[in-house]
Amino acid sequence: MHALEPAGVQASRIADLWHLTLLVCGGVFACVLAVLLVALLRSPRATAQTRPLVVNGDATEKRPTRAVIWATAVSTVLLVGLVVADVVTERALSRLPVANALHIEMIGHQWWWETRYAADGDRPAFTGANEVRIPVGRPVIVSLRSADVIHTFWVPSLHGKKDMIPGRPTTIEFRADTAGEFRGLCAEFCGEQHAMMAFSVKADTPEAFAAWADQQALPARDPLSADTPHSLAPSAPGSFPAARPASDPRLADTSRGLAVFLDRGCAQCHTIRGTGASGTLGPDLTHLASRPTLAAGTLPNNRGNLAGWIIDPNSLKPGAMMPINRLPPDELQALLGYLETLQ
Amino acid sequence: MKASPIPSMQDGPNAPAAVRRSLADTWDDPPGIRGFFAAINHKTIARRFMLATFVFFVLGGLIALAMRIQLAKPDLRLVDPDLYNQMFTLHGTTMMFLFAVPVMQAIATYLVPLMIGARSVAFSRMNAYAFWVFVLGGAFLYGSFLLGSASSAGWFSYVPLAGPDYSPGKGVDIWAQMITFTETAALLEAIVLITTIFKMRAPGMSLNRMPLFVWATLITQFMVLFAMPAVMLGSTSLILDRLVGTQFFNPARGGDALLWQHLFWFFGHPEVYLIFIPPLGMISAIIPTFARRTLFGYPAMVLALFATAFLAFGLWVHHMYATDIPQLGKSFFTAASLMIAVPSGIQIFCWLATLATGRLNFKTPLWFVLAFFVILVMGGMTGVMLGSVSLDLQVHDTYFVVAHLHYVLLGGAVFPLFGAFYYWFPKFTGRMLNETLGRWNFWLMFVGFNVAFFPMHLLGLQGMPRRIWTYAPDMGWEGMNLLATAGAWTLAAGILVFIVNVLRSRRHGALAGDNPWGAATLEWSMPSPPPPHNFDVMPVVHGRNPLWEPAGSPRWVAGLAANARQVLVTSVIDARPDSCPVFPSPSIWPFVSALATTALFIGSVYTPWAVVWGTIPTAIAMTIWFWPNRLNTQRAVFLERKP
Repeated sequence: MHALEPAGVQASRIADLWHLTLLVCGGVFACVLAVLLVALLRSPRATAQTRPLVVNGDATEKRPTRAVIWATAVSTVLLVGLVVADVVTERALSRLPVANALHIEMIGHQWWWETRYAADGDRPAFTGANEVRIPVGRPVIVSLRSADVIHTFWVPSLHGKKDMIPGRPTTIEFRADTAGEFRGLCAEFCGEQHAMMAFSVKADTPEAFAAWADQQALPARDPLSADTPHSLAPSAPGSFPAARPASDPRLADTSRGLAVFLDRGCAQCHTIRGTGASGTLGPDLTHLASRPTLAAGTLPNNRGNLAGWIIDPNSLKPGAMMPINRLPPDELQALLGYLETLQ
Repeated sequence: MKASPIPSMQDGPNAPAAVRRSLADTWDDPPGIRGFFAAINHKTIARRFMLATFVFFVLGGLIALAMRIQLAKPDLRLVDPDLYNQMFTLHGTTMMFLFAVPVMQAIATYLVPLMIGARSVAFSRMNAYAFWVFVLGGAFLYGSFLLGSASSAGWFSYVPLAGPDYSPGKGVDIWAQMITFTETAALLEAIVLITTIFKMRAPGMSLNRMPLFVWATLITQFMVLFAMPAVMLGSTSLILDRLVGTQFFNPARGGDALLWQHLFWFFGHPEVYLIFIPPLGMISAIIPTFARRTLFGYPAMVLALFATAFLAFGLWVHHMYATDIPQLGKSFFTAASLMIAVPSGIQIFCWLATLATGRLNFKTPLWFVLAFFVILVMGGMTGVMLGSVSLDLQVHDTYFVVAHLHYVLLGGAVFPLFGAFYYWFPKFTGRMLNETLGRWNFWLMFVGFNVAFFPMHLLGLQGMPRRIWTYAPDMGWEGMNLLATAGAWTLAAGILVFIVNVLRSRRHGALAGDNPWGAATLEWSMPSPPPPHNFDVMPVVHGRNPLWEPAGSPRWVAGLAANARQVLVTSVIDARPDSCPVFPSPSIWPFVSALATTALFIGSVYTPWAVVWGTIPTAIAMTIWFWPNRLNTQRAVFLERKP
């Protein structure tokens, strides 16, 4: 089970407390049921006409009085024990050593996640979406912020929840101790597509993480040759540079895809670093093709799903803010070809 | 005043039949359509109130069934997410605001006067007004759902999602006004019940002789008085943010989204206990009757009720552990959340002691109480888990919480409530519910309930969040969701059996007689169903179990007028006779006032000016309502001069 399969020190402390609490509560539950069963089986039967027993003052009933007092005392002691165990766990959770931590900012949007990695050593800051990668064994401080309504950041295998409340930036700290891929999700009801607001967390070896992060920090590869760097300003609609001279036909195709991206309005909402696209309403697509899922955990990232998503996002994720894009087939194929290069 | 306006007719043990008829005529509701809307007899109002809450319960349950179908399989697209969100919002709102709290007040309005030996509730016109306001408010909410514009922001309506920017349309406005409606009704009912319990108990029924159900009602109504204003403040602020442009909850303009959560849960958590405490009183009425002995530990029970009510106000923050609040504060709320298990435990131990030392009469009401032990204790244990900060961080807002809250609310309230229906049905209708159907009803509900909700604990631990309209097939949640859906339908089948049983027994059930269960409290000393005036003669109480203990002397207080709505008022602590005022007669104006109030509230959703012009008809109706009636005044003056 997710919450009980900890992959980090915090989640495993919580899992320990869970097992202790389950043991205590299960024991109490079993005792109450046992007493109830004994009481039901041993008490004589009666009817509505049976003469009632009137007991005035319970002082005459020594045995049940003693039993009730003992039961109350024991349950109070057990509860105090659980309070202490909880406080101890809580303090341990909040004292994760965070020297040399990796800083990430997560911003919750209706209904996707913006991830901003702070500059780390020589690596510059960069932005991604719906995917978090972290190095194993290194503490992570995630700053949480909401762009609209309340969301909750939750990766059950690593730590408990933390709300993202507008106007109240906060942080959560955790450390992954085993490599693996975990599911993160929004736990606070945030509107129509609360159900489809997940992200993936991949804990990797520090080397693999560094390689991934270095790659992510780069701008998108320019589909044109080096002599026309990032110069594809949006042209007038309809005047696609359909036949730009290029030696490689695949290169021509991707450059046409970028042109479609820029001219069909995609750039108003999305950023692709290294091109003219710098919209901020939707996710940064600079390394779209490297992500495991589309639309915040809704679909596996492959060409077919991407095509379906571009044409009619609302049929796949009703309520999504992205509009319908009825592109001619050749433009769509060019766009897909380009997007697939965004590794 | 020369001639007395009324002949000398007084009640008494030896009063002639004509006097009793006169009593019944005096306290009965007037006939005809006009009489229907003018009714103020507490039993009439309470019966309607119970029926209305039960209709809302069935509607809320049907919505739940629809949601369970949608969740039975992954990736189903039977409803779209917006409709699903409207449905779970309406389900939660209905069950909390239109069923759980009002049904307890409705039953108390029926039973409390009978149990304490009174002819009526205090403020019987206000009682009627509260009922009409409640029904019209509920109808308003369902109207918005049928028109397709209900709120989809959840029954908790967290801002900013429920605010003007993210929930356009009228859904949340209607929701917020409905909250104000039902809480107005709840506050008025609380005042009615508290006054009735404090001032209208039969002579001799000092506080320490009150039945535990009456204690539970009294304590609950005080909780209503403290908790409801918080949510009314919240709903009013919300609607001001939405309609007038105030910024209570907008952080960009100096407001705070967390303020809503504090206001909401300062009401919302005590609400759980004000749903849960009245059933504790019902159980304390049912167990002694079917264990054929007096309840073990009466003083401990009363103190435990007080402790529960007190602690219930100290733990609302355990709904907000995941927000950013100071750690020491969290530890404080953890301690309060866990310690509330102690008074609940004391009550459970006392009931177990009663059962263990009694002789048991296994009838359907007792079965439902036994289910309470199993389900509620389980819910209490998961409650301990949720009260702990660290555990809560993992299970909060998952299906684990859904499982927990249904264990607590169905196990703690609905199962005892069904037991109470079986127990008091003879007092409501004069006939018994069928035992065989009762057993079917019980087992279907008990098995269905556990099959529906136990798997949700596991789903929550597996990371299934609440309030999602669908889920992907690769999550591994399918099997248990399908099981939960099957359980929900079984549970519904049990409730259907109950409805069949009620419809059948209402006409064809065995006649009950005065006291079919051989119970101890005053409501069983009169015919079933009771006459409009409840008691022919006001009883005098000499112990906690009036029908089981030898009657002392005097046995009654006679001499109240039989042809005026005269009641006996007693002192708060010892219930010594105090005065004999005359109550107002049936009137159509509480109903008209409720209509005017409704027009004001509905209008306010569309224009804030409705608050201004809407007060005019409301004020007129209420003025006529309170206008002194010449005949009544004469009677009151006469009865004061010649007691």
